[in-house]
Parts: sequence; C-alpha cells; structure tokens
Amino acid sequence: MTIDEILKSTGGVIHCGAHRMNDNVDRAFCSDLMSDVLTLGCQDILLITGLANVQAIRTAEMADISHILFVRDKTISAEMLQLATENDMVLAQCKSSMFKVAGQLYSAGLDPVY
Amino acid sequence: MDLDYNIEGGDFTHAGEASSHLKKILKSLNLDSGLIRRTVVSMYEAEVNVVAHAWSGDIHVNIRPDQIHITITDSGPGIPDLELAMQKGYSTASPAVREMGFGAGMGLPNIKENSDFMDITSKPGSGTIMKIVNQIKR
Repeated sequence: MTIDEILKSTGGVIHCGAHRMNDNVDRAFCSDLMSDVLTLGCQDILLITGLANVQAIRTAEMADISHILFVRDKTISAEMLQLATENDMVLAQCKSSMFKVAGQLYSAGLDPVY
Repeated sequence: MDLDYNIEGGDFTHAGEASSHLKKILKSLNLDSGLIRRTVVSMYEAEVNVVAHAWSGDIHVNIRPDQIHITITDSGPGIPDLELAMQKGYSTASPAVREMGFGAGMGLPNIKENSDFMDITSKPGSGTIMKIVNQIKR
C-alpha cells in the first residue's frame, strides 16, 4: 500500500514527509512498546503506535523504519517533527484506536510482520 | 577509527543521539545495511540502559577493518544477578522508563541477539561494563 492509500483508509493526516506519499509499504507492526519494535529484525515497515515521544522516532531510526502512523489522536511534538525531518521520515496521525486502524489496514491488504 | 560518547543518566531527551551518530558514521563507510542495523540496535539498547539505570556512562567505539568494538561503561548500581538480567521479561526499570516505551526486559537479550560477541562485567555498587563486537564481512 502507498502512504496515500494508508491515509485514505484510516482517515489519517500527514505531518511530515509529504514528498513520500507514493512510498510503498508491504507490512505493518502495531506496538506501544519500543523494546518490541527493536526486536523485529526487518525494515521498511509501517509502525503503528500510540507512543508519541522522541524515543518512538529514535527507535524507528535505529530499526530502519521510515513510516510511522500515530493512533488515538496523539499529539506530535515539535521535537518529534524535527527528528523525523532530519531522518527523512513520514509521520502521520489519525484519531482512531490502534485496533480499528489495524483492522482497516489488514482488510485493505497490508500484511503483518508476523 | 575511534569514537567517544558521554551519556547522562535519566536524560531521555537525548537518549539515542550517540547511536544515531554512529549510524551516520557506519553508513558513510558503506557497510552492509544489516550489519549497521544490528550494531546500532545493540548500541541503542545499551545506551537506553545507561539512561534508564545509571547516573552516567561512557561509550567507546573502535571501528577496525574487520570488526566494530563497542564498550559501554557506566557508573550505575550494577547488576546483582546477570543470569536473571539476561532472561527475557526480567526488568527492574522504573515506571518512568516504561512510559518511554522501554523496560520490558528485552534489552539485554536483544543486544545479545544483535551482536556477534557480548560480554557483561558487573558488581553491585561498582557499575557495569558491557562489550559488544560485530564482525564486518566484506
């Protein structure tokens, strides 16, 4: 799925990385636990999380994850935006719960990491 | 090439900056992307551990033609039972650390998973020294 399709499926809005709207991601992972994200051993996935802090961006940077969708209407801070921009990441946000977003994207064809 | 970083305990705002810098250096050396990810994930986990558990720490990175050596030395409380600490799910992290998305008892096992060699020396009251080595395969 492209980022554009992901945003349309979830009613999400993009906060940075708008030039990457046509990026394709094949798999997604839902977690508020960054320790779990660091164990994935795969890259170029969509991270769906409700943990809105700088360490979520840092964790994605370390794990080679360039696309993050924040759920539950979380606020994306200026520090998060700055770090994401420095790393050429896509940060998007939507109002729905993690469960609803996961269902929407799975139904639309996005595969799980495992 | 040698790199040195100072880590301040409790400073989650800057946690990961050292690992981020190392990642940029390793990328500039055109190393394998999988090796870079494994190395920086290991170091980031260790860096977060220092921030979460110690008062301060130092990281020394030595990049050789065939290996990357990382030594993390902290002035923390030490680890009383290393075998227990290496078990997945065991954690002594504070609620504040858990709120940052860490402290699930995954860090040390994940460092071991992402390194070719890992060694920890620790005594209660005298801090912890961790050594990580990853092989560079060309």
